[in-house]
Amino acid sequence: MANIEINGKPLQVADGAMVIEAADNAGITIPRFCYHKKLSVAANCRMCLVEVDKVAKPVPACATPVTDGMKIFTKSPMALDAQKSVMEFLLINHPLDCPICDQGGECDLQDIAVGFGQGISRYHEAKRVVADKNIGPLIATEMTRCIHCTRCVRFGQEVAGIMELGATGRGENTRIGTYVERTVASEMSGNVIDLCPVGALTSKPYRYTGRPWENNQSKSIAAHDCVGSNIEIETRRNKVMRFLPDDNEAINEIWLSDRDRFSYLGLKHVDRLQSPMIKQGDEWKETDWQTALNYAFEGLKTVIKKEGVENIGALVSPSATVEEMYLAQKLMRAIGSNNIDHRLRQADFSDQDIAPQFPALGQSLTDLENNNAILLVGSWIRKDQPIIAHRIRQATRKGAKVMSVNAVDFDFNFPIEEKVITSPAQMVDSLAAITKALLTLTGKPAAEGLDDLLSNVKVSDAHSEIAKKLHGAEKATVILGTQAMLQPQLADLRALANVIAELSGAVMSTLSDGANAAGAWLTGVVPHRTCGGEAIVEKCGKNASEMFVSGMNAFVLLDVEPEFDTANPSVAMKAVNDADFVISMTPYVTEEMKAYADVLLPVSPSSETSGTFVNAEGTWQSFAGAVTPLAETRPAWKVLRVLGNIFEVDGFDYITSEDVREEAKQQAGTLNTSNKMQWRCPSSLAKSTDAVNRIGLLPIYAVDGVVRRSEALQQTDDAIPACVIINADLAKQNNIQDEDNIVVAQNDVKLTLRVHIEDSIPNNCAVIPQGVQGVEGFDAAYSEITLSTKS
Amino acid sequence: MIGYKKKDESKLHLLTEASLKEIDVWINKYPADKKQSAVMSALRIAQDQNRGFLTEDLMDAVAEYLDMRPIAVYEVATFYSMYELEPVGKHKIYVCTNISCMLCGSDTVVGHLSKKLGINLGETTVDGRFTLKEVECLGACVNAPVMQIGDTYHENLTEEKIDQVIDALD
Repeated sequence: MANIEINGKPLQVADGAMVIEAADNAGITIPRFCYHKKLSVAANCRMCLVEVDKVAKPVPACATPVTDGMKIFTKSPMALDAQKSVMEFLLINHPLDCPICDQGGECDLQDIAVGFGQGISRYHEAKRVVADKNIGPLIATEMTRCIHCTRCVRFGQEVAGIMELGATGRGENTRIGTYVERTVASEMSGNVIDLCPVGALTSKPYRYTGRPWENNQSKSIAAHDCVGSNIEIETRRNKVMRFLPDDNEAINEIWLSDRDRFSYLGLKHVDRLQSPMIKQGDEWKETDWQTALNYAFEGLKTVIKKEGVENIGALVSPSATVEEMYLAQKLMRAIGSNNIDHRLRQADFSDQDIAPQFPALGQSLTDLENNNAILLVGSWIRKDQPIIAHRIRQATRKGAKVMSVNAVDFDFNFPIEEKVITSPAQMVDSLAAITKALLTLTGKPAAEGLDDLLSNVKVSDAHSEIAKKLHGAEKATVILGTQAMLQPQLADLRALANVIAELSGAVMSTLSDGANAAGAWLTGVVPHRTCGGEAIVEKCGKNASEMFVSGMNAFVLLDVEPEFDTANPSVAMKAVNDADFVISMTPYVTEEMKAYADVLLPVSPSSETSGTFVNAEGTWQSFAGAVTPLAETRPAWKVLRVLGNIFEVDGFDYITSEDVREEAKQQAGTLNTSNKMQWRCPSSLAKSTDAVNRIGLLPIYAVDGVVRRSEALQQTDDAIPACVIINADLAKQNNIQDEDNIVVAQNDVKLTLRVHIEDSIPNNCAVIPQGVQGVEGFDAAYSEITLSTKS
Repeated sequence: MIGYKKKDESKLHLLTEASLKEIDVWINKYPADKKQSAVMSALRIAQDQNRGFLTEDLMDAVAEYLDMRPIAVYEVATFYSMYELEPVGKHKIYVCTNISCMLCGSDTVVGHLSKKLGINLGETTVDGRFTLKEVECLGACVNAPVMQIGDTYHENLTEEKIDQVIDALD
């Protein structure tokens, strides 16, 4: 510890800390532009110049480490003179366009100029003008305003892994850019809007829509992945204006993924359902809530009477709130049905009886950064959970080795030390090979049946390297990613990943799709477990897939669009279209819904309701509604409460959502963040076939209805369109050229899709994304397909 | 669209054997893990082998050889005036216009050269023989005004002396 003095105030500061850190911690403000606590020190704006006793010239506080006995003056005549002079230089080339600049009101330059700038400019020469750059649909550039702090450059290199940004040229000719025309695409790019201290980089969708001082802030939780990033929803006159990150060091630090930041655009989409509607004959009629709910009740009652309660099923979005989920399952179980599920995209349910309490990260997000080795299985983590990828990237910067077993040679923003890229089915073989290498390495006994399974498995160099690196690491993690969770080999992948974790002493992590799959498992939105995790043996309900395959007489859907949100849209759509009665609680209305549903109930997206999400760590995070619901929309928990009352079910007299949450939390019981499972040996390994296998990748901007309706996100390069991506070999075999339109057949369904050729796809595999416009109504996300050039 | 992109084709072959050897001499002057310290020399060597100017590919080759990000090399190359990013004439005439030279008459030097060669600062003669360029302090203030042609400094310039020097060039 060093004893120092700032402005006469004695302080004890850790050795090696910079003067600016010491001052920040003591609440002493030093003006700055380039310094940022999350980025490396650049010391190029010079705004933080301060006087240090016995030093002849002012020194930059951000790049001067404290030493014992140091006396610092931040407001002495020398310091102030230096700061004012720097300010004058910075303003020389800065345009005076604050009235039309979006940064106005939240601009560091504006704020600091009020304190340190002069009212009159002494500069009469021409100001410099810099051409703007087009960096995509999310970020507006006005490079003339740039003051070359290089925060965006450092963010790119240190956080997002954008290595192409830099500052070229010199002096007045300095430019921030890529020098060579290159696309800068990142799923975290929106953070440069927050980092930019001036109006050079601002939000394109938010442009010219408002001033920060007109907005109200309410705290909320992002609803598009299992991280639960903390956000601030800015509203004006009951309209959502934008989403901003809220600081939470334990979760998203100060960052926000573009998906969480720009999803708000989907909230005001024209598809929003304004009032309850019922179908009479073939006519849709807007009605009041009472009529609609009674109609829903009567419809369900009729089906129950005629077909029995076991023939109704409820499907809940994995991004619904804990309160909604809890009430949905409570209602279903009260009327006697266990047919409830949230695993809409999941294809394999065979290990659900031994599944862990919930899909858990198994450690805290901050702990993830301390790993020395990480194995990704079926995960495009950069796009699936951008904030978790950021944590992994920080781990790699400290030397962690990341390895991947995937069905696509995904583009990651951190180095991959070892990788095995195989067809989805053969990923099981790869995990088996890694298991075999680990057994040899550790000499530990094999679990029951494992020896037989592994007898013919060939261990490649990559497999044994992965085993070695995992085993040799002090702290390691095996991540079963979101893409793996949707594969039909889930049970086998999960069993072997668990064995690998156990043999190598690694933590097992599973990352689900949706914002609240953890909440769904904990509150019993699964057909085989109650809220609290007790197994339902008698009258075990049907899972999502069974409900669709066998068909139900009635469906209750909560924020589900079966044509996009399910593992097999063609089967799901057939099931809902064939059902006698369908209630859809939804924020949006589509033509498809009008075809299959009988009652449409407008329910709130997360910005318009209070609720709770449980993230992959198991952290419960509650939020209040930021705006009152649109038109006749109501929070889904209230709708379910009233439905409970109409059904005359006991215990539905909640007054607030907190009442529901407390009951759910109490019933959910103690959290168990371990993913450890009872061993169940995979029955066999993949048989090689000549068939072409579809890889139903779930792209970043296809995950839910809100994101799919965010126009700006859909215009980014990350919004993968309906297409078929194959490698050059497969293209050659089938005589297909890049950009051809070909016919893809899956069972009876045929689609014409544009071809893209990429080397990152294994042989005999074709990526056809799921959840995107243009493949709705297609068959299973992972199954055999045929490609042909003729229709 | 989704996949890991293989690094662009290696561009190392663009640097000649002799250049690489010369760059190695510079790399060896620095600690083994600080290869990038040789970037300025490497760029100069690359420029010399390419008729006095750098191309994007050559800068990429330097980046590859020194394990640097290409943008970091572009940053250096665009910062210093001795690196040329466009084709230049056979003789590069650098005229210092910083304060000492300016006080001693660099304006006259620039004016005379412009008139004699028929080009403005930053331009190259049509026959490709001369490029005229304004540079920052050449560190020879004591004998201002100064210009540099190739590797040679010409000091205490007068119009007559400039004529002599230029006329003597091939």
